[in-house]
Amino acid sequence: MTAVPTEKKKDRWASGVTPYAEMGYFNADYVPKDTDILAAFRIAPQPGVDPIEAAAAVAGESSTATWTVVWTDRLTAHENYQAKAYDVSPVPGREGEYIAKIAYDLDLFEEGSIANLTSSIIGNVFGFKALRALRLEDMRIPAHYVKTFQGPPHGIVMEREYLDKFGRPLLGATVKPKLGLSAKNYGRVVYEALSGGLDFTKDDENINSQPFMRWRDRFLYSIEGVNRAIAQTGELKGHYMNVTAATMEEMYERAEFAKELGSVIIMMDLTVGYTAMQSMSKWARRNGLILHLHRAGHGTYTRQKSHGVSFRVIAKWCRLLGVDHIHAGTVVGKLEGDPAMIKGYYDTLRLDHVPENLENGIYFDQDWASLPAVMPVASGGIHAGQMHQLLSYLGEDVVLQFGGGTIGHPMGIAAGATANRVAVEAIIQARNEGRDYFHEGPDILEKAAKGCPELNAALQVWKDITFDFQSTDTPDYVVTPTVA
Amino acid sequence: MRITQGTFSFLPDLSDDQIAAQIRYALDHDWAMSVEYTDDPHPRNSYWDMWGMPLFDLPIEQADVVLREIRACREAHPDTYVKLIAYDSSKGRQTTALSFIVHRPSDEPGFRLDRTESHDRVVRYGIRAYATDVPAGSRYRNGRTA
Repeated sequence: MTAVPTEKKKDRWASGVTPYAEMGYFNADYVPKDTDILAAFRIAPQPGVDPIEAAAAVAGESSTATWTVVWTDRLTAHENYQAKAYDVSPVPGREGEYIAKIAYDLDLFEEGSIANLTSSIIGNVFGFKALRALRLEDMRIPAHYVKTFQGPPHGIVMEREYLDKFGRPLLGATVKPKLGLSAKNYGRVVYEALSGGLDFTKDDENINSQPFMRWRDRFLYSIEGVNRAIAQTGELKGHYMNVTAATMEEMYERAEFAKELGSVIIMMDLTVGYTAMQSMSKWARRNGLILHLHRAGHGTYTRQKSHGVSFRVIAKWCRLLGVDHIHAGTVVGKLEGDPAMIKGYYDTLRLDHVPENLENGIYFDQDWASLPAVMPVASGGIHAGQMHQLLSYLGEDVVLQFGGGTIGHPMGIAAGATANRVAVEAIIQARNEGRDYFHEGPDILEKAAKGCPELNAALQVWKDITFDFQSTDTPDYVVTPTVA
Repeated sequence: MRITQGTFSFLPDLSDDQIAAQIRYALDHDWAMSVEYTDDPHPRNSYWDMWGMPLFDLPIEQADVVLREIRACREAHPDTYVKLIAYDSSKGRQTTALSFIVHRPSDEPGFRLDRTESHDRVVRYGIRAYATDVPAGSRYRNGRTA
């Protein structure tokens, strides 16, 4: 037995308030274990607060600590359960902000529970007075923890095989207007868009079961539209039936009805919460329905750079808890999206191994241990004339959703759908032929439009539409000069 | 009607030169190539008949080999759909990478939608290709006899 110096021990356990850093929540020498869960926080300490102490406080409050010393720590192997801030570095070009990397022992988390993981990591710390602002930028989930989840009920490969659609992005449209249509009129939009050439139509996030259209009626008319379109084209199609409801019991009831009707896909909103989403994921796997997630509400905590949770972390949690689709940005559309950051989200959802890449906002290597990939969905202010840009930024494994860009077509909804389908096939063909489709895109589309009046009309009406605003959420990457 | 299965069904039918360009793209990715045909185009018909074995390990200069197989299949089965499949065997994919129709019957009568009314306004749907009303092997002949 080694004698422990009594003097030091007494200090650590003396009653009263001891700085978190001195209680073991900061350790610059700590080498993270392969099994540790790692988090990168952007911290902005209040004036006069030492950044190391602030980082240690975050580590403490997101693991074992409270504001004062408690002797009951001594009944545990406390060092094992203490999270450890092991690196605190200033953010280039952002005065008063630091990136704190914190390691958490695997024992701190319940297997297969995003609710538990999030209650620890973001549970208490975001209201901490010693910080002006705090943002969870990224997490490294070790394979040991990844393997306690089954992930997406189907994943990209199974979805493509199920729908027999390969080699191109899938195409969808959200029914508009999103509120107010009667069930019969709603199903008309579904039918027109699918028969014109789209693969999917979609309920919007806030269409659940309102007085003007109850969910059961919407499901009945939508499935009529889906099946009519399948018979007309010989191609599988689906309508994302939104099962979001006030209680789990009602969500299951709606999902069961969608299954009974033979729908290939259902959807839910992020607003239902992590436990509800994980329950629906298990239901979807058990019942063979593709599960789409609309990230309703995420902008309240993902958008501001100084405070909240980055969307790449939300994407990671959703891949673990298991959705087949998730909205992840468009780059060129109407909603927030810096190209480099969106590449980081798409990589997180689709790759099996995501290497650290600060340029794309990725702070850690992430190994997914063969967990199936999630199909990202690009939606919001996109149209056929941007097809070359969409393919270049977002790749092939993506659902491109043209709501206005289908339903707003001057020749009608089916024509809008045809325009989008011809555009995507023409760009894919050109890419595969080895052409510089990004730069030649407008020419390729013009040429395809010569044989397709629907595409021609789409290019004319939306040709000058761009959404060129500065992104708020951007990477903090600076090129560091190296010694040549 | 025109069945819109496959990657390029909304474009005018690809010429053999255009098909060759797609083959070169696939071979450049080390994808295996195979040709399949069917006279049962139901969208849930996962198993079209294989025209021989998949072609593995073809160098990019040998796109012609694939094109020859497509032509031979069309010739042997003119009254069917023929598709070309590029298969990606890499880890994490292990599935089809590209799949498009390279031959169609001259007339495509399409599908009938059957509705069976069930309880509480629920309708059971079934779709059936008109062509499959006659036995396999005698479909899509457009009035001709074998």
